[in-house]
Amino acid sequence: MSTPTLPSTEQVWRWLSEVPDPEIPVISLTDLGIIRDVAWDGETLVVTVTPTYSGCPATSIINLDIEKALRDHGIEKLRLERRLSPPWTTDWISDEGREKLRAYGIAPPVDGTAADGRLMGRVNRLAGTSNLVITCPHCGSTHTEKVSQFGSTPCKASYRCKDCLEPFDYFKCI
Amino acid sequence: MPSLPDMTTPNVEALAARAAAAQGTARPGDAPELQAAFFEFLTRMGDNTLVLGHRVSEWCGHSPVLEEDIALANTALDLIGQTQLWLGLAGEIEGKGRSADNLAYLRDAAQFRNVLLVERPNGDFGNTLMRQFLFDAWHLEMLKALEKSTDPRVAEIAAKAVKEVAYHLERSADLVIRLGDGTEESHTRMQNALDDQWAYTGELFLADEADRAVAAAGIAPDLQALKAGWDAVVADVLEQATLKAPTAGYMHKGGKRGVHTEHLGFILADMQFLQRAYPGATW
Repeated sequence: MSTPTLPSTEQVWRWLSEVPDPEIPVISLTDLGIIRDVAWDGETLVVTVTPTYSGCPATSIINLDIEKALRDHGIEKLRLERRLSPPWTTDWISDEGREKLRAYGIAPPVDGTAADGRLMGRVNRLAGTSNLVITCPHCGSTHTEKVSQFGSTPCKASYRCKDCLEPFDYFKCI
Repeated sequence: MPSLPDMTTPNVEALAARAAAAQGTARPGDAPELQAAFFEFLTRMGDNTLVLGHRVSEWCGHSPVLEEDIALANTALDLIGQTQLWLGLAGEIEGKGRSADNLAYLRDAAQFRNVLLVERPNGDFGNTLMRQFLFDAWHLEMLKALEKSTDPRVAEIAAKAVKEVAYHLERSADLVIRLGDGTEESHTRMQNALDDQWAYTGELFLADEADRAVAAAGIAPDLQALKAGWDAVVADVLEQATLKAPTAGYMHKGGKRGVHTEHLGFILADMQFLQRAYPGATW
């Protein structure tokens, strides 16, 4: 009985780069940075995934999508592992992913602006006029305002452009 | 299509092996007293997030404006996600095969270990936000300390949750300030909310034998040590909100050892009905 050659991990990464995020289908799971590792354990393919938010309802759909994509490419023995540490950060979203988000109408995260527990300075900034400068993904204006700290999914906040008047989602930084 | 094991349930063997590799941490089967205290501590963390998450989710579809409805639902979602991690680990430490779902749906009120603050009724929007703020300020201090836990499983859950909770605190503090320092009506409501909840904050810092055991093992911090950080944040925010904290008085307690207000029973009746009526139901 001949053993079929196992696909290389590079090949598997390429396959995974074609699996869209279920909530934001313009970016792939690899653009989002949630695939942490791909490795062979004997003849079993092990894909390590990290959740974006601990309660993100897309997590189980993402696992199904990974499983389906890899089975369609002929992978028979597959194991998915969850890795919490180090926790996912928006810094892991690829440059290509950020461009795709912007083109889709979602302002990409501004690195280094995550909530950090240093409360008062940040709360004053939130309450005052000197908000974080978030660029409108539609017209490029920086004249924008926050509508709500949360948006349509746990990973986004709601903003509005004061120039083109369009509402938009901001992919919040964590 | 064959189905893979549920990834939200921790891989017990891998985690146990990792924990055993790390020195000075509790292992199931080791030191039964520490194991019991560890389980107790984890159910306290998980029950706080579960009960508060459920309470906050009651706003879904009822908030004053759409954006706040979405914000409250997302906050609840984060808390329920954290519950899965804490109660999942609790079940693993207990070693009796109980999953996070088992612990959430099949225990009665006397087995719940959340503080009384989180089971308080929602009241009006201001009351819900004040409760959230008082809890968030404690939750953030607690998680920052737990990131340094000697148990790597606890540390990694804390490192994940701390990012979400820092965001919750920014939101609740911002709204407490805006509403406290808002109109006469909103100020009065926020002051009433603070007066109403204050007597439930003492329990957050009250340590018993289980707390002391996990603190001695380096799994969790000394609860009293969190008080200074909480006091500072609360004082800063209340000052900007033009609100006055009540001066020291009687503090309610009991939730951490399973002595609850009558409100918890109603929450559980709502939350557990399906699993009680149709055991093992899935969808």
